[in-house]
Amino acid sequence: MVRLIDVEMKYGNGTEALKGVNLRIDDGEFVFLVGASGSGKSTILKLITAEIAPTKGRLMVNGYNLNNIRPRQVPHMRRTLGVVFQDFRLIEKKTVKENLAFVMRAVGASKRETRRRLDYMLGLVELTDKGDCYPYQLSGGEQQRVAIARALMNNPSMIVADEPTGNLDPDRSKEIMTLLSRINDMGTTVLVVTHEKKLVDSMNKRVVAIRDGVIISDEMGGYYNEKD
Amino acid sequence: MGYYLGEGLRSIKNHAMMSFSAVCMIVGCLLIMGTFTLLAVNLEHMLGRLEAENEFLAYIDETYTTDQAKALESQVLAVENVSSAEFVTREQALEQYRQDRQDNELLSELPASALRDRFRIRVHEIGQMEDTVARVRAIDGVVNISAQVEVAQGFVLVRNIAGGVALVLVAVLLLVSIFIISNTVRLATFYRKEEIAIMKMCGATNAFVRWPFVVEGAVLGLNGSLLAFFLQWGIYQFVCSAVIQSNGLSLLTVIPYADMARQLLLTFLGTGFVIGVGGSLLAIRKFLQV
Ligand SMILES: Nc1ncnc2c1ncn2[C@@H]1O[C@H](COP(=O)(O)OP(=O)(O)OP(=O)(O)O)[C@@H](O)[C@H]1O
Ligand SMILES: [Mg+2]
Repeated sequence: MVRLIDVEMKYGNGTEALKGVNLRIDDGEFVFLVGASGSGKSTILKLITAEIAPTKGRLMVNGYNLNNIRPRQVPHMRRTLGVVFQDFRLIEKKTVKENLAFVMRAVGASKRETRRRLDYMLGLVELTDKGDCYPYQLSGGEQQRVAIARALMNNPSMIVADEPTGNLDPDRSKEIMTLLSRINDMGTTVLVVTHEKKLVDSMNKRVVAIRDGVIISDEMGGYYNEKD
Repeated sequence: MGYYLGEGLRSIKNHAMMSFSAVCMIVGCLLIMGTFTLLAVNLEHMLGRLEAENEFLAYIDETYTTDQAKALESQVLAVENVSSAEFVTREQALEQYRQDRQDNELLSELPASALRDRFRIRVHEIGQMEDTVARVRAIDGVVNISAQVEVAQGFVLVRNIAGGVALVLVAVLLLVSIFIISNTVRLATFYRKEEIAIMKMCGATNAFVRWPFVVEGAVLGLNGSLLAFFLQWGIYQFVCSAVIQSNGLSLLTVIPYADMARQLLLTFLGTGFVIGVGGSLLAIRKFLQV
C-alpha cells in the first residue's frame, strides 16, 4: 500500500524532481512506472524506501506514515518492502545462499527458519543448484533473480524494482518480468520502474507515466505512448 | 553473536595490513603511556618512602636551659605543615650519637654541652618543606636547621613534571589511538559501504550493522593492549636492572613489575577496549545515515 499526496521533492542543489505527485497503489496491484530519463521515477522509489524525505506533501507506505516516522522505525518499515536494483547489488564476497541468509539474520530469524525459507526462495527463482556460487560466477539474469529472491526473503508485502531489466538482454528481461508477475499473482504488490516499452505493452498491467516530476497518465492495459 | 564475531574477524583478515598497523600504533601509544605512568608511579613511590623520613632537626640556642628550650615546642607545633615535634635534649642526642658511632673512642669523651638541644620535626607535605623550615628557623631560640630540603625539592619537582607529562601524554595518545582505530575501521567501512547500504535497504537496524565493526575494533584494541602489556614488561625489567646497577645512593628504589602487573594489565585492556570500540563507533557513525 502506497499513498503519495501532493508530494514535492526538491533536492539540496535546487533540482525540483517532483512537483506535486499523487499516486495510490493498493495491496496486490502490479504497477509499471514509466517516463523519460530524469523525470523523477527513481526519486519516487527513494521516497517510498525512506532513503529521502519529501519537501512537501504526505507519504504513506504499508501503514507507516513516512512524514513523521521515527528513525528507529525505518528498518521495520523497510522489512515490509523488497527492493530490487538495476545493478543487482549483491554482496560480492558472499555466496548466493549467504546473500539471501543475511537478510533474515538482520531481522533476527532463527537458523532453521532461514534455511527453510532459503530453499523455498532458491526454488522459486530456479537457482537451487547455484546456491554456493559467488555473484561473479552467475549471469546477469541469474544475479537479478538472486536479488529478487533476496527482496522476497522477509516475505514483504511489496516489491519495489528500479529498472530491474536495465542491464539484461530482451529474453532475460522477459524472464524477470514474468517472475515478478508470478510473485504478484501470489499476493505481493509490485512496483516496477522500466524503459522497456514492448514489455510494458505485452504485460497488460497498470501503467503510470511521469514527465518532469508530474504524473501525466495512469491507465490500465499498458501502453506507453510517450516518445523518449 | 557468532555472526558478529565472524564478520568482525573476517573484516580484520580482509584488511590484514591495515589491521596490523593499527595494532602496532595502539601498542606504541600504550607503551608510551605505560612508560610514563610507570615512571610517575615509581617516583610517587620513592617520594612516599622519602616522606616517611620527612623530618628535619631544629637546633636550639645553647644559652637556653633545657626547660626554656622545651617551652618552644608549642611555637614549633603552631607552624603550618608541622605534624609532630619531638624534643631531644643534648644528653639524649649525645647518647644517640655514641650509639651510632660506638667504635669511635674520641667521641666517648665528648661532653654533652658540646651539643645543642633540638627538636626532631616531621612535616605533612614534603613539597612545602622549604617553607616550613624557614618558618621554624624564624622562631626565637632556633639557631640552626639541618634539613635535606634540596633532595626533597628535587623529587617533588621531578614527580610533578613526570605526573603532568604522563597525564598530558595519556590524554593525547588516547585521542591519537582512537583516531587511528577510527581510520582503520573507516577504511573497512569504506570498502563495505555498498554492503552496509544493502543491509540498511533490507531493513537491518543500525545495531546489526554496527556490531561487526565494534567487534573488529575491540579485537584490535585488546590484541594491541595484550602485546603492549608484555612488551612493557620487558622494557620495565630492562630499565629497572639498569637503574638498580647504577644506583649509588640507595635513594632510588623500584616497584617490581609483578606488583603492578594485574592493575596494569587491566588498565591496558580497558584502554585498548575503549580505544577500539570508541574508534569503531566514531568511524561508522556517518555510514549509518542511509
Ligand atoms: N541526489 C540528487 N541530488 C540532486 N538532484 C538529483 C538527485 N537525484 C536525482 N536528482 C535530479 O532529480 C531529477 C529526477 O531524477 P531521478 O533519478 O528521479 O530520475 P529518473 O526518472 O529515475 O531517471 P532515469 O530514468 O535516468 O533513472 C533529475 O533531474 C536528477 O538530476
Ligand atoms: Mg532512475
